[in-house]
Amino acid sequence: MKYVDEYRREPEAKRYAKAIAHTVTQPWTVMEICGGQTHAIMKFGLEQLLPASVTLVHGPGCPVCVTPIELIDRAIAIAQRPDTILTSFGDMLRVPGSETDLLGAKSAGADVRMVYGALDAVKIARNHPDRQVVFFAVGFETTAPGNAMAVIQAEELGLDNFSILSSHVRVPPAMEALLGAPDNVVDGFLAAGHVCTIMGYREYEPIAEKYRVPIVPTGFEPLDLLQGLHMVLTLLEAGRYGVQNQYRRSVTRDGNLHAQRMLARVFEPCDRQWRGVGTIPASGLKLRAELTRFDAEQRFDVGQVTARESEVCIAGAILKGLKKPPQCPAFGVECTPDKPLGAPMVSTEGACSAYFRYARGQNERT
Amino acid sequence: MCLGVPGKVVDLGEADTPMPMGRVEFGGIVREVCLACTPEAKVGDYVLVHAGFAISTVSEADAQQTFEYLRQIEALNDELGAPEGPTDAGPRDGAMPEPDS
Repeated sequence: MKYVDEYRREPEAKRYAKAIAHTVTQPWTVMEICGGQTHAIMKFGLEQLLPASVTLVHGPGCPVCVTPIELIDRAIAIAQRPDTILTSFGDMLRVPGSETDLLGAKSAGADVRMVYGALDAVKIARNHPDRQVVFFAVGFETTAPGNAMAVIQAEELGLDNFSILSSHVRVPPAMEALLGAPDNVVDGFLAAGHVCTIMGYREYEPIAEKYRVPIVPTGFEPLDLLQGLHMVLTLLEAGRYGVQNQYRRSVTRDGNLHAQRMLARVFEPCDRQWRGVGTIPASGLKLRAELTRFDAEQRFDVGQVTARESEVCIAGAILKGLKKPPQCPAFGVECTPDKPLGAPMVSTEGACSAYFRYARGQNERT
Repeated sequence: MCLGVPGKVVDLGEADTPMPMGRVEFGGIVREVCLACTPEAKVGDYVLVHAGFAISTVSEADAQQTFEYLRQIEALNDELGAPEGPTDAGPRDGAMPEPDS
């Protein structure tokens, strides 16, 4: 496939690896933000191509993983209401809440449906005017414009049976929270290529400046990731910082202004709790005041939900890049993709699921 | 979640609607895709598609820079001569200063 296959060629990957080895003279820790990048790194064994002094840590860029357990419990409670259809992306349906997950609620009789995108949920609402249709809207800035468009469409169609349960999150405040933490280990970032496709990289420039770190918006194929690493490591070795763009075929400094306009029309920033990490100021997106009639949390009073997390799961430390999945005592034993204790083992972008699928039995590099 | 798949625009759909739905081909499979955020896309262009929405039109010129960059750094490394450590990718030994933390 064009724009995929040529970025997976092995000879060029080896040439990049050689150039990286040539560049690096001291230990560095680089975090890739996006779970899609984590999976590509594990799937293609890219870490094995790097000098031992380069450590990759995996960031919090898996929206399914950071959705607070209270919100999952709330989604389950809404799904269990009569005459309600709860819709979401496939990954979201298997994330454990306190007692069960959405698929568990479905097998107990709730109408829970997987959709490919938010517009599918609007279509279901049009086809079922007698039912309340709720879209559990998760995702970073990449996904939010599409979800915003669903709300705009529902408004234009005058649908009063469509609402969203918003768990949208934004990358820059999370990066600042990581960089500002006393236990931060990250020297440089591969920023998330598709988030930056929407938002551009202008908003990362003050972060790079303030914390004196290199930030490189990077794509998702092996050569993208290796080039991004070369760019970050070259800046680090030179004692420089700032933003450089690896993913130029999709990312511009200003991003996609059409998508940003759509976002701003429907959502505004809010404080948001990240599962395993805590509350990060201005790190979420909520519906604007004039659109709260589409807010499922306001539409359906399901009372107080009391959330209970697994006591052994170390998802928080993994999402902050402080630990790697094999360091968890439950990894691959009590916790597997079939029976996950925490969200990073569920999602096709979670770090634990990436290690389970691609790196079980490998000696863990430190 | 932030997966984006490149596909070739085969049909722009109805113009002048707030939500133009075009058709995009992914390795032989054609799907309906919302093109509202990529009004610049023409038939034959490649767009990156995320959850049913095109999020960018792929720049063919910029797509080549990953290969151009590689050639440039290799030329630079050749000019500067062989590095002191092993040239093959792999663990490097030797005294390393502590990183800034």
